[in-house]
Amino acid sequence: MFNANEILETINMISEENLDIRTITMGISLRDCASDSGKTARQKIYEKIVRYAHNLVKTGEDIERDFGIPIINKRISVTPIAIVAESSDEENYASFARVLDDAAKAVGVNFIGGFSALVHKGYTRGDRLLIKAIPEALSETERVCASVNVATTKAGINMDAVKEMGHIIKECAERSRDKGASACSKLVVFANVPEDNPFMAGAFHGTGEPECVINVGVSGPGVVANALKQLDGADFGTIAETIKKTAFKITRMGQLVAQEASSRLKVPFGIVDLSLAPTPAIGDSVARILEAMGLEKCGAHGTTAALALLNDAVKKGGVMASSYVGGLSGAFIPVSEDAGMIEAAISGALTIEKLEAMTCVCSVGLDMIAIPGDTPASTISAIIADEAAIGVVNSKTTAVRIIPVPGMKEGDVVEYGGLFGRAPIMSVNPFSSEKFIDRGGRIPAPLQSLKN
Amino acid sequence: MKAVITVIGRDKIGIIASVTGVLAKANVNILDISQTIMQNIFSMIMLVDISKMNCEFSELSDQLKQTAQELGVDIRFQREEIFTSMHRI
Repeated sequence: MFNANEILETINMISEENLDIRTITMGISLRDCASDSGKTARQKIYEKIVRYAHNLVKTGEDIERDFGIPIINKRISVTPIAIVAESSDEENYASFARVLDDAAKAVGVNFIGGFSALVHKGYTRGDRLLIKAIPEALSETERVCASVNVATTKAGINMDAVKEMGHIIKECAERSRDKGASACSKLVVFANVPEDNPFMAGAFHGTGEPECVINVGVSGPGVVANALKQLDGADFGTIAETIKKTAFKITRMGQLVAQEASSRLKVPFGIVDLSLAPTPAIGDSVARILEAMGLEKCGAHGTTAALALLNDAVKKGGVMASSYVGGLSGAFIPVSEDAGMIEAAISGALTIEKLEAMTCVCSVGLDMIAIPGDTPASTISAIIADEAAIGVVNSKTTAVRIIPVPGMKEGDVVEYGGLFGRAPIMSVNPFSSEKFIDRGGRIPAPLQSLKN
Repeated sequence: MKAVITVIGRDKIGIIASVTGVLAKANVNILDISQTIMQNIFSMIMLVDISKMNCEFSELSDQLKQTAQELGVDIRFQREEIFTSMHRI
């Protein structure tokens, strides 16, 4: 029998501290759906997704009820569509996004990821067409998420793709200007993208993955923040130890749900993603954890060190709790989705430059950051290039999900509602990067020794 | 298969009777029970055996929800594994 404290601790984590399973994501390979006819390919894609995932949402809800743990999202990731679509004669891939959207609606998932292309070393015909279709695809569908990998540690940075993505992001913003450029919130530009990430918007089903797989993302920044609040004045060893223990408990729950979902759906279990993912809900914030360590506001000097400690301790605690860990696995710092980050950005404590420094020590990158609508495409590309450089040199995943909101300037706030929250417009460096971005070509892969 | 039932709320007459009545009807055996009252807040934790339960998990879950509403307390009915996974290695 348990003692009462253990049971009440678990219940308290769920009901008071927003502990939840953030997502059960089913990865589905669409490699066998390629066809020389776009129409046949789309039909195969729709049928396969519905066949594999028709029970996903119901199973998620059953597990939620049986164990009393909220499972916030049920999602699907698929093979990068550039790979699936490029055998077809189709010129406009937005039609593939529409079929993904239809399939997502048919099975009841709120997002489907994989409108993606991997172009870190160069483009194929399919990659080129897919990237061209992203603005139309994201502004005319509701649930489709897109991602493009522009750099890896082994290949370097494809600066042609970096340049193009600056324009694509601007076009996405323009096409969804009446919704606060919301299309941009569904597009992630990656360096070193993981192939088994269950979190949107960057999820896709990598080419090394099995036919179908269940990946689970856990969350619980509130639990960690509350644990730290009781440690007034304790030293960093104690703080790291507490985070490790808490992360262990959170991850065990993720592991249980992943195994249960995998056995009920008869689909192999892939990984548990150990990320601390915030939401705009009160108390579900990563910024508050950093502040609980003693920083007046997230973004103050010391934030990078605090985040490094947090990120490392979460991994150390989580790794032992799960048999397979993967995905992004680190603390997320999406500005618009984290009440503490929003507050810090509005008060001026948190700037893009500080966020960039923070991405050196945590997953995932400059995430959900709103910037003035008149920011030039070349500046956005340069921001992407900086993030990619951090990822490539440090052999880690970095990403950019940035939103140039048309008609808005520094100091304004754009409201998205729901999980996407609200985003204060942050200032960007006004000096031009245009000539730098115009060069094109590829930044060579970095040296992997002589590390300093 | 085992489950944990927790009841938390303002103390009043008949909480245990109502909850155990529902369990008896569903053929659920109570293995352990602990109860305290702190500052008028009633809290009860029960470990039950649901392997011979004569209805679906979801049905009993709904019935307990209804009982909770009638009593004005909070009742949770959760499979035991969520606690074992979190607190036992």
